[in-house]
Amino acid sequence: MIELWELVKESINTLRLNKMRTSLAVLGIIIGIGSVIALISIGQSSQKSITSRIQALGTNLLTVSPGSQSSGMVRTSTVRKTLTLADADALKAAKLTAVSAVSPEYSSRLQVIAGNNNTNTTIYGATSAYSGIHNITIASGRFITVSDYNSRSHVAVLGPTVVTDLFGSSSYNPVGEIIRINGLNFTIIGVTVAKGSSGMSDSDDAIYVPLSTAMKQLFGVTYLSSIAVEAVSSDVMIQAQNQIGYFLLARHKITDTTKADFSIRSQEEILSTASSITGTFTSLLSGVAAISLIVGGIGIMNIMLVTVTERTREIGLRKALGAKKKTIIAQFLTESIILTFTGGILGVILGILSSYFYSRINSSIFTISPYSVLLAFSVSVVIGIIFGWYPAKKAASLQPIEALRYE
Amino acid sequence: MSKSKAIIIAKNLSKIYKTDDLETVALNNISFQINEGEFVAIMGPSGSGKSTLMHILGALDKPTSGQYILDGKKVENLSDDELSEIRNKKIGFIFQAFNLLPRTTTLTNVMLPMAYAGVPKEERFKTAEKYLKMVGLSDRLNHTSNQISGGQQQRVAIARSLVLNPALILADEPTGNIASAQADEIMSIFEKLNDEGHTIVMITHEPDIAEHAKRIIFIKDGKIIKDSTNHQRRRAAIEKEVLKND
Repeated sequence: MIELWELVKESINTLRLNKMRTSLAVLGIIIGIGSVIALISIGQSSQKSITSRIQALGTNLLTVSPGSQSSGMVRTSTVRKTLTLADADALKAAKLTAVSAVSPEYSSRLQVIAGNNNTNTTIYGATSAYSGIHNITIASGRFITVSDYNSRSHVAVLGPTVVTDLFGSSSYNPVGEIIRINGLNFTIIGVTVAKGSSGMSDSDDAIYVPLSTAMKQLFGVTYLSSIAVEAVSSDVMIQAQNQIGYFLLARHKITDTTKADFSIRSQEEILSTASSITGTFTSLLSGVAAISLIVGGIGIMNIMLVTVTERTREIGLRKALGAKKKTIIAQFLTESIILTFTGGILGVILGILSSYFYSRINSSIFTISPYSVLLAFSVSVVIGIIFGWYPAKKAASLQPIEALRYE
Repeated sequence: MSKSKAIIIAKNLSKIYKTDDLETVALNNISFQINEGEFVAIMGPSGSGKSTLMHILGALDKPTSGQYILDGKKVENLSDDELSEIRNKKIGFIFQAFNLLPRTTTLTNVMLPMAYAGVPKEERFKTAEKYLKMVGLSDRLNHTSNQISGGQQQRVAIARSLVLNPALILADEPTGNIASAQADEIMSIFEKLNDEGHTIVMITHEPDIAEHAKRIIFIKDGKIIKDSTNHQRRRAAIEKEVLKND
């Protein structure tokens, strides 16, 4: 019997001597494994990007809006004035156990002018609590403070999209410059970090001014468009929703809950809608990965079948010269193992590299699931070994003269 | 009968190929004996069954019925692996198409049967070198089989057939794919091997190649129709001459 080490050396030698055949087989395996890993990774990173963008809106967030729960009906067309600053202040003062922060807000679209440029964007009347609740981060300058609010100062914080629209480039730092909103001059005190569009609202295309300034001087209103409330944690969302609901019902002296003049929506609801979308996305991806695994597997199967069947004559010769069946099977098995493992490892590297470059190009999150690597690798290796071994076994079982005559 | 040891004893060998509804008799109840040191040519037209006989003698195929004893060992009942061992240890093959491993050096090709026999690597190398020198290819040790001529490839195959010192050298149309000048070289190697005591059985359809053998067996339609030694043939020729001159 030939020893194992010699068998391995012999196999490597045979593989090296037949460069074309070997490289084709290895290529088949590389593509098979690499494409599965890359596809799964690209899918997962897209999924993570979507989830993280939704989470950037704030998962603990509750939005109290004026108007009844049945907002889809007739009353939607009228401006609802049921939520006031006093409501927000009372909510804050009540120190509800499930509530950690309250942000009264008024928003509406207005024309904004800076020099010769102008744009139409959403003006948010905000307090200092706004940035914390909505996960707004400041790229340069600062956000609105309590003293800005108290003194109704004419200051503005710009989203990066507005900076581009007004100053030509998002990398321009406009802090200290003056813009005109509704005929009033505002000094820019800060620029926010881009958050990306979440599909529902674009927090980058926005200007934030003190709520007091917005209500009294820009819009002349006494009511709010919404109150954003942050719950202590995402586990107590329902409690927070109930506490706010009963508190405001009591304050508005409404006993019939169906006649409430406000509604509370949680970000969680949005998130669950989104996760059902990403769920569909995940099953789509699994389908694509499964198909590419099958396609890759069939590719590997074909190339192994062809290369081994092509060597039936060689197997006949080896048997004529005295090779036993198990010696031949051992040789072909060793070759298949070396071939599939080499191709497999290269395929894993290729898959990881291509997903890495994909995430770099699309500036998405780079993620590789070890499960997908393991699945792609083991399926391909098992298929490679089976279809390297099976035709060899079949050929080795032939009478040597039949194998020698094989064309 | 000669007193020397019998290498091949064939008793009532038959080989019948069956396809769906057709039976082809390739060998029909053949019996003969070949002794140690003989140089036998098996001749016959194509389809005569000579190739089938060759495959059975080489333990590459099994007879449908009959008995085959090779170097004292009954072959017809052996398992696949035992047949491999018999081929490895007792038979040296030389094929018409050379059958060397492609893209492989002559040295590796010649060492292959020894690898299957479990000969230590050092010894394999030395033995292969020795036999390649014997067939005049010392300067071609590291050439691959596609880098040398047909005649040279066949000489490599001869070296490969000899390395385990087999009881029988089986050659199937050894000169069929070679230019005639090189064919003569191959035949002189055969004669030399026979002089050294090797038993050689060679299949050919070329009379001048068969003339190198000491005994010729003619086969037709799966039967032996003539079995004559060189000596007998020469006597027959002389008698024919004498009769003509009478």
